[in-house]
Amino acid sequence: MLRMLFRRLALGGLTVFLVSVIIFAGVEMLPGDACTAYLEREAQGQRLENCRRDFGLDQPAHARYLDWASGAIQGDFGSNVAGTRDIATLVGDRLKNSLMLGGLSMLVGVPLALVLGVIAGLTRDRLPDLTISTLAIFAMTIPEFVTATVLILVFSIWLNWVPGIVLTGASAPALDYFPEILLPMAVFTLVMCAHILRTVRSSVIEVLGSDYVQMATLKGVPRGQIVRRHVLPNALLPVINVVALTVAWLLGGVVVIETVFNFPGLGRLMVESIAMRDLPTVQAIALIVATIYVGVNLTADMLTMLANPRLRTLHTRRP
Amino acid sequence: MSSTGILDIRDLTVGFTGRDGRGRAVLRNVDMQVSPGESLGLVGESGSGKSTLALAAMGYFKRGLRVMGGSVRFEGQDLLALPPTALQAIRGHALALIPQNSGQALTPSMRIGAQLDEALRLHSPLAAERRAARVVELLEQVRLPEPQSMARRYPHELSGGQQQRAAIAMALAGEPRALLLDEPTTGLDVTTQAHVLELLRDLARERGMAMVYVSHDLGAIARVCDRVTVMYAGEVVQSGPVRAALRDPAHPYARGLLASIPRLHDTGLPRALDGRPPAPGETGAACAFAPRCMLAEPRCIAARPALQPDGSGGLVRCLRADETDVRPVIAAAAPRERAALTDEAALTIDDLAIRYRQTGLVARLMGQDPGPATVSDVTLTLRRGETLGLVGESGSGKSTILKSLAGLLAPARGRITVAGGVALPGAVETRSPDQLRRVQLIFQNPDDSLNPRHTIGDILAQPLRLYFGLEGEALRARSAELLERVRLGAHYLDRLPSQLSGGEKQRVAIARAFAARPDLVLCDEVTSALDVSVQAAVLDLLDELRAENGTSFVFVSHDLAVVRALSDRVAVLYLGRLCEIGPAEALFANPAHPYTEVLLGAVLEPDPDTAPVLLARDVTEGAPPARGCPFQRRCPRKPGSICETDQPPVQDLGNGHVLSCHIPVQTGALQ
Repeated sequence: MLRMLFRRLALGGLTVFLVSVIIFAGVEMLPGDACTAYLEREAQGQRLENCRRDFGLDQPAHARYLDWASGAIQGDFGSNVAGTRDIATLVGDRLKNSLMLGGLSMLVGVPLALVLGVIAGLTRDRLPDLTISTLAIFAMTIPEFVTATVLILVFSIWLNWVPGIVLTGASAPALDYFPEILLPMAVFTLVMCAHILRTVRSSVIEVLGSDYVQMATLKGVPRGQIVRRHVLPNALLPVINVVALTVAWLLGGVVVIETVFNFPGLGRLMVESIAMRDLPTVQAIALIVATIYVGVNLTADMLTMLANPRLRTLHTRRP
Repeated sequence: MSSTGILDIRDLTVGFTGRDGRGRAVLRNVDMQVSPGESLGLVGESGSGKSTLALAAMGYFKRGLRVMGGSVRFEGQDLLALPPTALQAIRGHALALIPQNSGQALTPSMRIGAQLDEALRLHSPLAAERRAARVVELLEQVRLPEPQSMARRYPHELSGGQQQRAAIAMALAGEPRALLLDEPTTGLDVTTQAHVLELLRDLARERGMAMVYVSHDLGAIARVCDRVTVMYAGEVVQSGPVRAALRDPAHPYARGLLASIPRLHDTGLPRALDGRPPAPGETGAACAFAPRCMLAEPRCIAARPALQPDGSGGLVRCLRADETDVRPVIAAAAPRERAALTDEAALTIDDLAIRYRQTGLVARLMGQDPGPATVSDVTLTLRRGETLGLVGESGSGKSTILKSLAGLLAPARGRITVAGGVALPGAVETRSPDQLRRVQLIFQNPDDSLNPRHTIGDILAQPLRLYFGLEGEALRARSAELLERVRLGAHYLDRLPSQLSGGEKQRVAIARAFAARPDLVLCDEVTSALDVSVQAAVLDLLDELRAENGTSFVFVSHDLAVVRALSDRVAVLYLGRLCEIGPAEALFANPAHPYTEVLLGAVLEPDPDTAPVLLARDVTEGAPPARGCPFQRRCPRKPGSICETDQPPVQDLGNGHVLSCHIPVQTGALQ
């Protein structure tokens, strides 16, 4: 078990390393570099060479990679192309905002999805299930920006309960985002909830049809106990990985929703940086998002392993 | 209520609503009464409704099924009218179930002890702190080793036999007065099955429990039951005392079923029952068995016969029941002429060893001892046209050897040579098309081995294209011919596997193997997933193909009677080591190796007057001992410590009968 943990950790580290190489190589292959972006039309002759020497761009690629990677490990991504901001603080603020938005949506969405999914699975093909499943399909198929726009129209414009867009700056303290954050949160929660709920529902239905649930019924176990002791522990196992994927997607920043609400998150910074050819910032964001994916999936695998006796006792004595 | 039965089912009709909106009956007007302490066997092929009836006896119906008429009473209470809480109080308490596949019927996320404790909490007055001791007591009662440690394990940490015992313990927790057993020993090894059955028999006698024992295995029924009810197409066709039902059954179907079971001490093939049972809703007002019955006449089709006394204390649903003992109800088959065996070898296995890769890179670099191989020291020869049976319990390596012959598992050591002295490379990717063609494998389950999206034509075309380059009309003609040879007909070419019955699918798998014109056909439990009557037909087909083509077979089965029916020679394996090999007749009549004795002793015959001889415990061993005889730990006739230190010597008893054992065998005594 402990060996397994170390192996997965090592593999996760390797993945992040490979991703960092790919990101670096990808940016390397693009025509132009930071200096051509910085100097714009004046990027020629002596000025360009001087700039490249100042930025260290005349070094060979592997040396620059090592420099960049060792900085990244210590949280130092250098400064942006304009030379005006430290990337670590710039990205750090946005990351904090994205994590706050994603985390809050998760806190509401995951439990809600579990409860609704279990209810739908237990009442398969009856009214509660039909209602929940239909709503979930709507939440999944209607594009997020449509959902967002409708929510703004209803709650902000018609009812005037919450602000429709975020006006707080990127580096404001967390509490300043209330109540502006509520609508983007609601959209996130809806979409995520629908995805997870459908997995929970089908998993519960599958387990309900299993031989061991029939056996428990014929053992005289009351329905509530069957659900609690025999169905849920087995039905929720496959859900962990779906939750992980959804959560990683949320934490990495979702451009469309952030744009609609003018929310200063990681996704929007990414798009802005690309538009401004701010390659150091793009590199930093890509690496952070990749690390989030790896980390969240690693956590999910570990949780699955802890919760599943088959995996947990994989290396113990067998008869 | 007229009878004193503990379980009383009257005129029960259960069905589902078909796509056309009409009701289709799965059970039709079924009566079943069981008295306290009595044991009733429910027999029938798949789809006969026997499992539905057993579950109905608990007032339980699978999703989609509904009661269309009749009553189910347990100790006088109508189970169909009881509220859920009252049903919960009966189920698992006075009336308990032992399920078919315990591996799937135990909740994977709960420890064995917790699952037993749950039953006790619901159905016994014991206080929480007394229950832990009772759990251990129950596990001990079903003779599980180390009950304390068993209680702490999860279901997947138990072997198949142990899971079945744990399920029995769970059923006993509520101190039931009636037990329903749904194929409780299907899928277990012969030895484990025999031990589990003896345990059930003893427990039922001790406690005076009534039992309803559902099985397609008449051998198990004969051992456990007092009375037998035979089901066909959802109705009772015969019911009566076990001795009469198995010795001289009155219904033509029961007779045919009995004739299709291979027997351990009969040479030759069992006789097959032609045709297939009707699907629900397919039977009209006629006798359901009439289309397959050799005695059927116009009045059998005019009306459905009623159950009537058969003259020996039972009931039978047949108008001509009094004639079944004088007229044949099943076509007799003449033994086929086979060409005499020559000395030409079709397969030579020399010093074969197989190891499943389990040692990691690190372990290998550190030079750790990988332990004994899964299969080791297997040397044997198969002559052209000969059939070799491989037998042994699960874990004996019989399927592993087949996989290795087929190239799916490269051997760690040894040589495999086919006809003409061609040495086969270990891995399938390195074999030439001609080498691949020579060796064909037929799998246990045609559902898994036939691609569900390919038509039968596509399936047969693959080997024909690959090995013979056939195309177009020639391809179609040859495929049709192959289907004729397996008695299916060319109109099957455009069907999908899902449109075929289990037996038909297995015929397609056989046709695919023979499409390659192989020298050697490997059969891995090819009849285990089939009903007995279908099994008899498939065995007959294999025999016919063998007589026509002179093909050699390696035939693997856990059913010794099936192996006996088809094999010329038999090899007995234990933990991947060859114990005994010899002509089938000599080996079955005079088993020389203690393990062969143990295996043969555990076989259940469909005869209530025979009992299995249980010589050794049915412990499951994971790996062979490092030194000495592989069977040393279970041997009932172990002569001494020499078995633990020395490799057993090879003794030649003549006529190709060879065994590896320290106990000296007198050659003269065997002839």
